[in-house]
Formats: sequence, structure tokens, C-alpha cells
Amino acid sequence: MMHRPENNIAAFGEADEGAIACPWRASLTLAWREILGFSRQGSRVVGAIGQPLVFWIFFSAGFDRNFRLDGTMEGQSASFAEYYFPGTLVLILLFTAIFSTISLIEDRREGFLQSVLVAPLPRWSMVLGKVLGGAVLAVIQGGLFLMLAWTLPIEFSFWKLVQIAVLMLLASLGLTSLGFAIAWRMESTQGFHAIMTVFLMPLWLLSGAFFPVPSLAADSTWLQIGLYGIMQANPLTYTVAGMHQLLYDGPLSSALDLPTMATCWLVTVIAAVLMFVAACWTASGFSRSVP
Amino acid sequence: MNTTPPAIDIRELTHRYGRRVALDGLTLQIEPGEMFAILGPNGCGKTTLFRLLSTSMRLQSGSVAVLGKTLPQQSDQVRRRIGVVFQSPSLDRKLTVGENLRFQAALYGIRGSALVRRQQELLDHLGLADRVREPAEKLSGGLRRRVELAKGMLHRPSLLLLDEPSTGLDPGARTDLWRYLKRLRDEHRVTVVLTTHLLDEAERADRIAIFNQGRLVALDAPEALKASVGGDSITIRGRDAATLCQQLADRFQLAAKVIDGHVRFEHPDGAQILARVMEAFSDRIQSITLGRPSLEDVFIDKTGHRFWSHGEDDAST
Repeated sequence: MMHRPENNIAAFGEADEGAIACPWRASLTLAWREILGFSRQGSRVVGAIGQPLVFWIFFSAGFDRNFRLDGTMEGQSASFAEYYFPGTLVLILLFTAIFSTISLIEDRREGFLQSVLVAPLPRWSMVLGKVLGGAVLAVIQGGLFLMLAWTLPIEFSFWKLVQIAVLMLLASLGLTSLGFAIAWRMESTQGFHAIMTVFLMPLWLLSGAFFPVPSLAADSTWLQIGLYGIMQANPLTYTVAGMHQLLYDGPLSSALDLPTMATCWLVTVIAAVLMFVAACWTASGFSRSVP
Repeated sequence: MNTTPPAIDIRELTHRYGRRVALDGLTLQIEPGEMFAILGPNGCGKTTLFRLLSTSMRLQSGSVAVLGKTLPQQSDQVRRRIGVVFQSPSLDRKLTVGENLRFQAALYGIRGSALVRRQQELLDHLGLADRVREPAEKLSGGLRRRVELAKGMLHRPSLLLLDEPSTGLDPGARTDLWRYLKRLRDEHRVTVVLTTHLLDEAERADRIAIFNQGRLVALDAPEALKASVGGDSITIRGRDAATLCQQLADRFQLAAKVIDGHVRFEHPDGAQILARVMEAFSDRIQSITLGRPSLEDVFIDKTGHRFWSHGEDDAST
């Protein structure tokens, strides 16, 4: 083996204190690692798109005859397939975010994370890498599903597609950050499955993705009022509403009594920022006292 | 006059997990360029020390300076100048060797021609040049450990910390690893600090710190430690060790001890005393062994019990 000690003596040991990692560049590298790892794991693609797609196909077929939006005439209402399409899109984002978060637990278990944690980088840089990687994957998968929109009476323009992509990215950043904050201290993926069932799925279910936010009337029951309150308070409701409006600017949107598009953008952005800050905050409190 | 600060300067370091004390008032200095082994049975506190030194855990009390920088205030500067090789693998198994190194480089801001040059240097040095395109999961344990070493050395640290680097390696790969570590130390003047629970491994270091239950019980070069035990060590297996021990003291003025049911003592001239003991107590002795003092003898001498008799089941620390 060839080696040249005389050249290396000066080189090693004298730490490159000048060569400081750029946190943004490190984030991008870590995000790229997410995408690379994902592309080598075919099962994750199937998992994230497969189930929402199957849901969409079967629920649409099953509910189609019984579904009519309030305030629309017989024959005027959108089909369930149309109504449920934006919700499915958001479900794909949620699933992708969940899978990328599970990969965080794997990174910890398999040991990769420990070398990142002792690198001279601010903690947010690592969080951003993970979250951005997950969000980009979510947008790519959402985009694949969006191709099915050709089967629905939706008119696309370039500008509309750009807005949909940006909304998907913001929502995914929020969801991935949320997953990150939850998963940070978890040792096993089993615990995360529990959270997913009792928290993340209801978060989606109560976002207007699967059924509209009930409108309040004098005869509303307490349960309906409670549901209304929860759904209004759920930030994801505004992402789904925004998606509805971007996809359908016709009667379907007006029948739903949705918040304005500006509100949808604002809530989605604020939620994403807050979730990201929460994720950074969780990760910075790292003092795992493992005996 | 020597103005270089110690590579590691630990003073009065104490660390607790709840009520259990993992490190108890540790004071220790490691000099630059040393090949230093932290030896102890599982649960002795060496992994806790490793985690504190590698900045992956917060200091509770006491002070630690690494390469002249204080923890935790200057952890960022410490992190830039130390290379860390963890006990559990830190490679991304889905990525190739080259990709793993490139991702590591990004965390330390190394890129462009500097990255290409250093990667090549290290791969050549560690005998990995033909493995760049192989996925990490396809490598053998020994090769993977070498990639870990390359990962830890990529940013040219002045101090390399390794936690149980021989875990999971067969004897051949273990010898290899030590050869590479020595080469890094000799040619690149890196201070190498490693933890180990293997006595024969620690013997290859320049100096050894022996830990037991969170305390430093001995600190010196391996030969000096063994010399401190004083002569040959004799271990007797037989019935009623306590009585035998007493009789040895009465008859030969030997400071024998009962360790885990065996009688053990040291003597400057082992062969001669062995013959006399055999003659006197032949009916009571099942077996008698004479050995040059080993590190295990040092450990027994300092702690009063055998290396593996305590905390064996506490594998996490």
C-alpha cells in the first residue's frame, strides 16, 4: 500500500478550524440523503401512495350515490371522488411525513444519528435536513397522485400547479416537523404507531378531508358543535380547504363555505413555522440520560 | 517548557443516572499523541466517560477540557477537532462507502478537491480503496469498522475517540484495527483514546486507565502496572480456601487473599514458593497456577475482585 507519511504529518492533527460547515449546505446534504435512502427502499413508495390511493378508489365508489353536499341540488353536487380528492392528497403528504419520521427513529436505532449529533453544526440544521428531505419526498408523491386529477373535471393551469405544489410543500414541512417532534425521544417505531393512530390519523380525519366541516344551526347537537370547534381549530383544515379551492373554483368550493384562500395560506404557513420551531426545540433539549 | 495543553483534562468529574453513580470524582489527564486505553468491566463508567468526552451527553459536575477547550461552553470547537467512532455502527447501510464519507464530509464543511484528496488518502491508508462503491451493508464487520475510522478521521481531528472499537470483530480484524490505529497515531500524530473491556486489547496502549464502579483504580503504562503487582502471581484452587489462606500466612508469611473462592498471592520468585506450597499442602490443592502478572492481576490487586465478577449483566454502560 502506498502512503506518504512526510506529506501527511503536517496535514493531519492540525484541525481545520477555518473549514467550518455551512449549516444550510449540511441541511441540503442531509435532505439529499433522505431522498437517496428513500429511492433505495421501494416499499416506502408503495406504503405512502398505495393506501391513500386504494382508499380514494374504494370510498369514492362506495359513497358516490349517498354523497350530496349541503345546499346543492340533486345532480349538482360534486361526486365523492371529487370531494375526497384533496383529502387523499393531504393523506399522502401525512403518510410520507410519517414514514420519514419513522426513519428518524431508525437513524437513531441504527446509529447514524449519533455521528450527526457530535458534528459541529447547530441543531436546527440537522432538523431542517430531515424535515426538508421528508417534505420534498411528500411533494413528489403528492405530485404523482395529482396526475389522477385528469380523471376528474378539474382544469389545470401552470399557475395553479405552482400554487398546489407550494401548498403541498408547506403542509408537508409542518407535518414532517410535527412527526419529528413526536418521534425525537422515541426508541421504537411501535410507540410511534400508537401516536399515529390516536393523534395523526384523527388530525387528518377532522380536517375536512373525509367529510365537510359541519355547519352550525339552531338544532345542532353538542357533539356537532364540538366537532365544528375541533375542525375549525385544526390547522390541517385550512390546508385541505386551500387545496379544495385551488383544485375546484366552481360550485364545490362555494357549497362548502370554506375559509378564504388568504386564511388558508396564512394558517398553513404559521403552522409549518410553529411545528418547525417545536421540532428544533425538542431536538435541542438533547440530554438523553441513558444508563 | 511544554505549553501544549493535555489532549484531555478531566477534573472531579461526577455523573449520575438517577441515584446510581456512573462516574465518581474522576480526575485524569491524557497527553497529546498518546494511545490511551480506558479499561474496565461493563458498568464501570467508561461508556459514560466516552459520551461526555464526545459531547453527546451533558456534563453534570466537574470540569472537562478537550484539546484545551472547555466543555460544554466550547463544545462546538471541540466537535470540530475530535473524531468519534461509536460502538454501534454509525454508517448508513443503504449508502455506499463513498456516499457515507461524502455525507460525513458535508457535516464538517469539507468539499471539492480537499474532500477528494482526503477521502483518497484515508481509503488508501485503511485499505478501502477498492470498496468505495460498495453499499455499507455488504461489508464485513472489520471493513465496516475501518470505514467508521475513515469517517471519524475525515476532518483531520487531533483526537480520535473510540468506544469499544473491537466489538464484534474477529481476532484477525482486531489486530488489523490496531495496526491502523497505530499507523494513524504514528503518521498523523493523533491522540487515540479508546474504551475497552478486553484486557489483552488494553495491553497494546501506551497507557491504561483502569476503571471500576465509576472510579479510576489504576493509571500507568501496561508494563509498569504489571510490575506494580510485584512478582509472579499464584492462584490455588482447593477446598476451604479461607483456612488455606490463613495457613499460608502463618507458615510462609504470605499475604494471600481469597478471590472468588480461589486463593491468590504474589511472590517475587514464583517457582520456588510454588514448590514449597505444593509440598506443604499437596493434599488440599486441586490445581495451582503460576503466572507472570497480567492486567487481570492488576485489576484484582486494586479492586479485590476478579475482572468479570461485577456488573457483568449491565451491558448497557
